[in-house]
Amino acid sequence: MKDKKQPSDVAIWLGIADNTFTRQKTVKFGDASAVNSGRFYSILIVFALGALWVLSSVMGLVEPFFWPTIGGTWDRLYLLVTEGFRNTSLWEHIGISVYRVISGVLYGSLVGIPLGFAMGLSSTARGLFDPIVEFMRPIPPLALIPLIILWFGIDEVAKIFLLFLASLFIMTIAARSGVSSVRISKVHAAYSLGASKLQILRHVILPNALPEIFTGLRTSMGVCWGTVVAAELVAADKGVGSMIMIAKNFLQTDTVVIGIIIIGVIGYAIEMLMRFLERRLIPWKGKG
Amino acid sequence: MTGIIIDTVSMVFTLPGGGEVHALNNVSLDIKEGELVSVLGPSGCGKTTLLNIVAGFLAPTSGEVRLNNHVVKGPGSERGMVFQQGALFEWLTVEQNVAFGPNMAGKPKAETARKVEHLLDTVGLSDFGEKPVYQLSGGMQQRVALARCLANDPDVILMDEPLGALDALTREKMQGLVLKLWKETGKTIILITHSVEEALFLGEKLIVMAPRPGRIEKIYELPFAEQGMTMSPRDVKASVDFVEKREEILSMIWEMEEEIMGQATA
Repeated sequence: MKDKKQPSDVAIWLGIADNTFTRQKTVKFGDASAVNSGRFYSILIVFALGALWVLSSVMGLVEPFFWPTIGGTWDRLYLLVTEGFRNTSLWEHIGISVYRVISGVLYGSLVGIPLGFAMGLSSTARGLFDPIVEFMRPIPPLALIPLIILWFGIDEVAKIFLLFLASLFIMTIAARSGVSSVRISKVHAAYSLGASKLQILRHVILPNALPEIFTGLRTSMGVCWGTVVAAELVAADKGVGSMIMIAKNFLQTDTVVIGIIIIGVIGYAIEMLMRFLERRLIPWKGKG
Repeated sequence: MTGIIIDTVSMVFTLPGGGEVHALNNVSLDIKEGELVSVLGPSGCGKTTLLNIVAGFLAPTSGEVRLNNHVVKGPGSERGMVFQQGALFEWLTVEQNVAFGPNMAGKPKAETARKVEHLLDTVGLSDFGEKPVYQLSGGMQQRVALARCLANDPDVILMDEPLGALDALTREKMQGLVLKLWKETGKTIILITHSVEEALFLGEKLIVMAPRPGRIEKIYELPFAEQGMTMSPRDVKASVDFVEKREEILSMIWEMEEEIMGQATA
């Protein structure tokens, strides 16, 4: 220990040297907490990919039809931001996709949460809805698109209804499992403290189920974001998904690539936002 | 007559695969107002079942429990419960947990706040009122559970191994607190425990139960709770009298356990 040189703070931050605590461990292989972040390699790979893109653009290694040049993509992004795509601004394309997701999750929650509560609290409700929920659960929402187009056509209602279905069953199952997970001693304690059934629902079962409901919301947002893009690929004239589909028809590979990056960034942002809200709103999660 | 009367209570559980378990067989017991009764027995002797029947969470197969001449039909705020652990509401602060009963009953806020402050002071948690309960240690959480129960001013406090999950030192301290609260409030307390020492130290009356079928094996009248109020707990627990009783009861429970093992292997 004494003869070994202390690694610098920078090396530890970059994740290429063990921190003080990890250095004391003799068993490291198999101990997941002894695996460093490897941040150095993350930075390296990002720069390497960037450099590769610059290099291939400068040298004209790849046909822009398959992959756009970095300069061309930048110009296209500037055009999209300033002029929009096909008479619709980029923000409107993004906005409408986000709006669809939020509407779908909202309606799905409004129906799914009470439904899940009913299924967790009443035998009749459980019996009635269990076959439907269990049947619908494994069906990917995309498989419902043809049926929904037959029912509602391709207008706004159809898309929001699809997303409603996508989030409905996730929210129902989350709420039901939140209700079922209440520890019986908490319910008994509340009864012994004189609470009525309604008070137990409001002050014990609901707060106890909130962490699982929130996990459901997070999953729902993720699934709906994936579904909306796919639904827009099939039938829509606005939205990020439709933007890249139409761009493909005009062989605008740069717009397609920009669209894909936007989809990834927004999906990531949604996940981060939900995690942030979860920490703020439900600090007791996992502490029961 | 006030107090709790357990009148020839039997509890038979029918198993899903057929067959029956006689958890309790004709158990009768009179508990006077203000008495602290501890209940001890090997696992499977039905002590928790008995407590759940008194609490009103289970209906006995036959017999009945009466409190102040009313037959117990379900849970009620006149019978407070303190559980082993995990029965606090982790989404509420310490204060909100203690105020839960009065708030559900719609008591005036100012009155409740005064009561909560006083109770937190009594259990030694004055500085922790605003904390979420999950930030407290196990011993502190059980103090909150005691305060929450007392905030409702129940006639009877039912304790289901309230100190069972605590480490030995915290447990001794908490025994002192239970004794102090009992003396100050004069509540009737039924305490279920696995620990012979705890049952001896806290119980004015000690009920030893036996399994298969669950029944009362022996009842002791004990002086140690009284002594514990003037003497130091360690001195009480080290006294010849205490040690003798402890060994007597331990060997009794050992015999029961051996018998169960014998039946299981036969």
